[in-house]
Amino acid sequence: MGRALAVIIWILTLGSVSLFFVKKWWFPEAISSHAAALDRQFLLTIIVVGIAFTAAQVGLGYVVWKYRDRGPNDRATYSHGSNRLEVIWTVVTAVIFIGLAVMGQSVWASLHFNKAPANSFQVEVVAQQFQWNFHYAGKDGVFGRTDPNLIDDSALNYIGLDQADPNAKDDVVHSVVVVPLGRPVELTLRSRDVIHNFWVPQLRFKQDLVPGMNIHVHFTANRAGKYELACAELCGQFHFRMKSYMLVLPEDELQALMVLPQDQFQARVTELLAKYPLPVYEQ
Amino acid sequence: MSDESHEAVHRHEVPTSFIRKYIFSLDHKVIGIQYIILALTAVVVGLTMSVLMRLNLSWPGTHWPILATLFPTGAPGGIMNPDFYLSLVTMHGTIMVFFVLTTAPQGGFGNYFLPIQIGAEDMAFPFLNMMSFWVTLVGFIVILAAIFVEGNSTIANSAVGLWLGGGSGATVGPIGGWTGYAPLSAVGAAAGPGQGAGMNLWIVSIAIFCIGSLLGALNFITTLLNMRTRGMTLMRMPLTCWAWFTTAVLALLSFPVLLGGGILLLLDRTVGTSFFIPGGLVFGSSVLTTHTGGSPILWQHLFWFFGHPEVYIAILPGMGATSHILSTFARKPIFGYRAMVFAIFAIGLLGFFVWGHHMFISGMSPYSAMTFSILTLSIGVPSAVKTFNWLGTLWGARIRFTTPMLFAIGFVSLFVAGGITGLVLGQTSLDLPMHDTYFVPAHFHLVMGVASIFGMFAATYFWFPKMFGRMMSERLGKIHFWLTFVGVYCIFVPMHTMGMVGMPRRYANFGEYRFLDSIHPLVVFVSIAAIITALVQLVFYFNLIWSVFKGKKAGDNPWEATTLEWNTSSPPPHDNFAGVLPVVYHGPYEFAVPGAPNDYVMQTDPRGSEAPVAEGTGGNGHNGHKH
Amino acid sequence: MATTVTSTRPLPKQGIGGGPKGRGPNGNGVPRNGRDRDFNDLQSSANRYRIGMWVALASILMMFTALSSAYIVRAASSTDWIPLKMPRILLLSTALIIISSGTLEAARRRLKDVAGNAYKPWLLSTLVLGLGFVGSQLLAWRQLVHQGVYVASNPHSSFFYLLTAAHGVHLLGGLVALAYLSLRRRAPRENPLAVAKAQAKADAVTLYWHFMDFLWIYLFVLLFYVR
Repeated sequence: MGRALAVIIWILTLGSVSLFFVKKWWFPEAISSHAAALDRQFLLTIIVVGIAFTAAQVGLGYVVWKYRDRGPNDRATYSHGSNRLEVIWTVVTAVIFIGLAVMGQSVWASLHFNKAPANSFQVEVVAQQFQWNFHYAGKDGVFGRTDPNLIDDSALNYIGLDQADPNAKDDVVHSVVVVPLGRPVELTLRSRDVIHNFWVPQLRFKQDLVPGMNIHVHFTANRAGKYELACAELCGQFHFRMKSYMLVLPEDELQALMVLPQDQFQARVTELLAKYPLPVYEQ
Repeated sequence: MSDESHEAVHRHEVPTSFIRKYIFSLDHKVIGIQYIILALTAVVVGLTMSVLMRLNLSWPGTHWPILATLFPTGAPGGIMNPDFYLSLVTMHGTIMVFFVLTTAPQGGFGNYFLPIQIGAEDMAFPFLNMMSFWVTLVGFIVILAAIFVEGNSTIANSAVGLWLGGGSGATVGPIGGWTGYAPLSAVGAAAGPGQGAGMNLWIVSIAIFCIGSLLGALNFITTLLNMRTRGMTLMRMPLTCWAWFTTAVLALLSFPVLLGGGILLLLDRTVGTSFFIPGGLVFGSSVLTTHTGGSPILWQHLFWFFGHPEVYIAILPGMGATSHILSTFARKPIFGYRAMVFAIFAIGLLGFFVWGHHMFISGMSPYSAMTFSILTLSIGVPSAVKTFNWLGTLWGARIRFTTPMLFAIGFVSLFVAGGITGLVLGQTSLDLPMHDTYFVPAHFHLVMGVASIFGMFAATYFWFPKMFGRMMSERLGKIHFWLTFVGVYCIFVPMHTMGMVGMPRRYANFGEYRFLDSIHPLVVFVSIAAIITALVQLVFYFNLIWSVFKGKKAGDNPWEATTLEWNTSSPPPHDNFAGVLPVVYHGPYEFAVPGAPNDYVMQTDPRGSEAPVAEGTGGNGHNGHKH
Repeated sequence: MATTVTSTRPLPKQGIGGGPKGRGPNGNGVPRNGRDRDFNDLQSSANRYRIGMWVALASILMMFTALSSAYIVRAASSTDWIPLKMPRILLLSTALIIISSGTLEAARRRLKDVAGNAYKPWLLSTLVLGLGFVGSQLLAWRQLVHQGVYVASNPHSSFFYLLTAAHGVHLLGGLVALAYLSLRRRAPRENPLAVAKAQAKADAVTLYWHFMDFLWIYLFVLLFYVR
C-alpha cells in the first residue's frame, strides 16, 4: 500500500510538473515593455514553486515508501521534534518567500509609481454592460466634456459626450482600442454601471474599471497587430461576450487614423481589423 | 482508565422523547451529526452544480434533454442560458464555502469531538449550540429559496416575490459569484437577471449564517477555555482542539464584519442608501438618480476582511485532523508539537492582515498592495512549517495504511500542491496576468476546497467508529481514496495552465476568443475527470450508510489511539464519560514510548508520570456537578 | 472505561513525555493540572458566563468596528455628505444610559449579599432607565423624520439610523436580560454552586450593559463630534 501510494504521488507530481513544461499551454507572447520583466519574475517564481512542490511530494513519497508498519515488535522512532530543524526551515522558507515577494514588487512599482510620460497617447475608456467604449481626443488632442445625463444608447452616444462642447467636435468613440507602437499609452478607466476589467493577455496586466473612480494605467506596446480584449470581472449576464480588440499601429498609421471624423474612423478601423491578423496561437 | 477520584457528572438528564433526543437536541454529539448531515446534503447540491457547469463549459451547444426537463427556463431546449450558468457559479461557491466547508469541519466534527477531547461532558452553552445549528439550517433553506424565487417567474412575480424585491427574469438564482461585488449586487434588477429577489435572499441567507456561526464560535471558545478536564493543560490538547479553537476565534472576529457589510448591502438594495453605489450610474440609457457617492471598493474591503480568514476557517480543522491522524497511524509522536501550535496561531493571525491580496487590481492604493503582498507570502512560512512537521512525523514512522491515513497523506500532498501556487498569486506583479483567470480557482479549490475535504474524509473514516460504534468498509474506503486522489489532481492541475493561457473565470462560454482555442482539450479532460470524481463520491455515501447499519462492530479504541475520545465507549454515552471525567497525564501523541508495554500510551494512563495534582486542589472545570 | 493497556510495568520516568529537552514540546513533564493556575472550584463552572460574555463582546465590538470603518471611509471619500444637526434629545439618552450603568453596578454589588433583596430597586431603576433610553432614541428618530431626514436622505443620516438601530437591537437584548434578572428567584443559599452561577450571570449581564453604555458614548462621539 505504501509503495503504491508513493508511486502514485510521484506519477502525479511528474504529470503536474510536466504540464508546465509542455510549451503547448503557456502565456501568449507578450507585447508590452514591462512584460519581459514580469515573465522573468514568473519564470523564477514557477521554478521555485516547482522545486518546492517536487521536493515536498518526492519527500512525502519517500517516507510513505520507506516507513511502513513492520509488525508489533518494531516501533517507530520516539521523537518529539527538533528545535534546530524548526528554526532552520522557518528561516529558510521565510527568506525565500519574502525574497520573492520583494522581487515581485519591481514590475508593480514600474506600472503604478511612475506617472505616464508626457508624450503618452491618451485614451479614455468607458465600459458598460457588455460593451467597451474608447474615447479618442481627435485632431485637437483635447477630450470633449462628458456627462452621464447625456448618455443615450439609441443615439449611439454611449459615453454621454456633450456635442455642444467645441472640444467634442472632433472626438471619436469606438469599441476598438487603438494604441501606438512603441509609444507609451495612458488609459483613463471609467465604468458606467458595474465593475469591469480591462484584460489583454498579451499586455500582461489587468485593471478594474470601477464606477465612480477614474483609474489611470499606462503601458507601451512594442509589437504591431491585432489582439483580443476581454472583460475579466463578472459584470452580469453577458460577461463572456464583452469582447473587443486592441490594435497596435505604427505611428504614421495611427496619426492618419486619429484625424478622421467618426464615420471615416469607423470604416478605417474595420479595414485595419481585416488587415492585421490575430497572433498565431498554438492549436 | 485510572481510578483517581473523579467527580460525578450530572448535567442535563438523558432525554427520552424522540424530538428532544434527535431533533431539538442539546447534546453536542447529536448537534455535530446534524451539522454533518447538513454538510452532506449541501455538498450534493454544490457538486451537482459544478457538474452542470462542466457540461456547459466543455460541450457548449449540446442539447442535454435532462436539463431541458429539469430547468425549462434556465436551459431551454437543453442548452444552458448564460445567466443560468452564472447563477450556478454563484450558488456553487456560496453553498460550498458556507454550508460545506464551514459547517462540516467546525460545526460537525468540532462540535462532536472538541468537548470529548478536552474531557468535558458537553459544550459550555448547550442551548446556544442547538440554536447555532438551527439558525444555520434556516440559512440553508433561505439560500435554496433564493434559487427558486428568482428562477421561477410565477414565484418571482407573485406578491411574495415582489415583497422580497421583485424578480428579474429567467435565471435560477442570484448572479454575483460568491463575492457579490457591488454595484452589480447592489443596484437591483436594473443590472440584469439575477439581481432581484434572489439576491436579497442570498444576502439574508449569509447574514443568518453569520449569526449561526457566531453562536457556535462563542461556544467553542468558552468551552475550550473553561471546561478542560484535570490535567488537560493547553499544551496537552490534541492539535485538533488547537485548530478548532483558532478557527472559532477567526469566525468570531470575521463573521461580524461580513454581517455588517451584508446589512449595508441589503440597505443599499432595499431602502435606497448609498454605501456602495456611486452616483451617476447609467443602466440602459437612464441615470440612476437615487444613489450618490458610495464606494464599490468599500464592499470589497469588508467582504475580503471576512473572506480571507474564511479560507483558514475552512482549512484549519482539516490541518488539525490531519496532524492528529498522521501521528496516530504513523505510530509516532507528532513532530514539533509546539511549532505546530505556533504555526496555527501564526496562520490565524496573519490571515487577518492579507485580505488586500484579493484586490490588487481593484484600484486600491498600490502602496498598501505591496504591504499586503509581503504579508501574504509570509503566511507561506507557517504553512511550510506545518508541512515540514508532517513530513517529520512520518520520518522514522511505522505507518499503518488505513483509509483515514491515506486521506491524511492525501491532505498533505494536496495542501502542498494547492498552497504553493499562492507564491505566484500573492505577488503584486504576477497577480496582474493571473487575477480572475482559472489559475485562481485552481489554487483555491486545491487548497481550501479539496484539501479541506480530504481532511474531512480522513476525519470521517477515523471517527466514524466512535460516532456509530461500527467501522466503515476499508475496501470501499480505499477505492474511494485512490479514485478521488487521482481525480482531483486531474481536475485542478490542468486548470493552472488554462489560467496561464489566460482563460477568465465566470465565463459561460469561451467560443469567441481565439487565444483560448488551444485549451479546449484540457477543458474536456477536466470535465470528464470532474464527472468521474463526482460519481466516485457515491461510493463514499454508500459506505457511510451501509456502515451505519452493517459495518463491523468497533471496539472503544479500534485504532489504538491515545486521546480522550478513545477512552469512552463507541458511541459515547450522553454525558460522554458515563459520569466519571478522565484525568490527563500526558501529551496527546505518546506513541512508540521506549519501555512502554504498548506502542501507545493513552493520555489517561498515569504510569510514567507523576500524579497531575495533589488531591483536593481542584483544577477541574466540572466540580459544579459534584454533590 | 475500556482501554487495551494490560501491562502494569512502570514506564520509565524520563522517557515519556520528554521532548528533546526534558520538558518537551509535547507539553509533558509539567505535572500541573488543566488550568494554568489554581482557582476556586465553584467559580470555574460559573465562570463560563463571564468568559462567554467577554467573547460575545469581542464579536459585537468587531461588527461595530467594521461599521465605523465603513463610516470613516465613506465620510472621507464623499462629496454628498450633509452633516446632521444633532437631535438635542440624544443628550438625554446619553445621560440616561450613563446613570443606568451606575444603578446596575449598585444592584450587582448588593446581589453579593446573599440574603437580602436590596438589589431589587436598583435593578428595576436600571430597567426603567434603559426603557427611557430606548424611548429617547425613538424620539430622536421622530425629530429627524419631522425634519424630513430619512434613512436614504444622505450618508450621514443612513449611518445615524443604522448605527442607532444596531445599538438599539443589542440594547433590547440587554433589557431582556435585565428583566430576566429581576424576575428570577434568588438562588438557595445552601447551594453554593447555584449562588455562584447566579452571581456570574448577573456579572455577565452587568458587563454587557456597561459595554452598551460605552458603545453608545463611542457612537455618539463618532456620529457628531468626529469629522
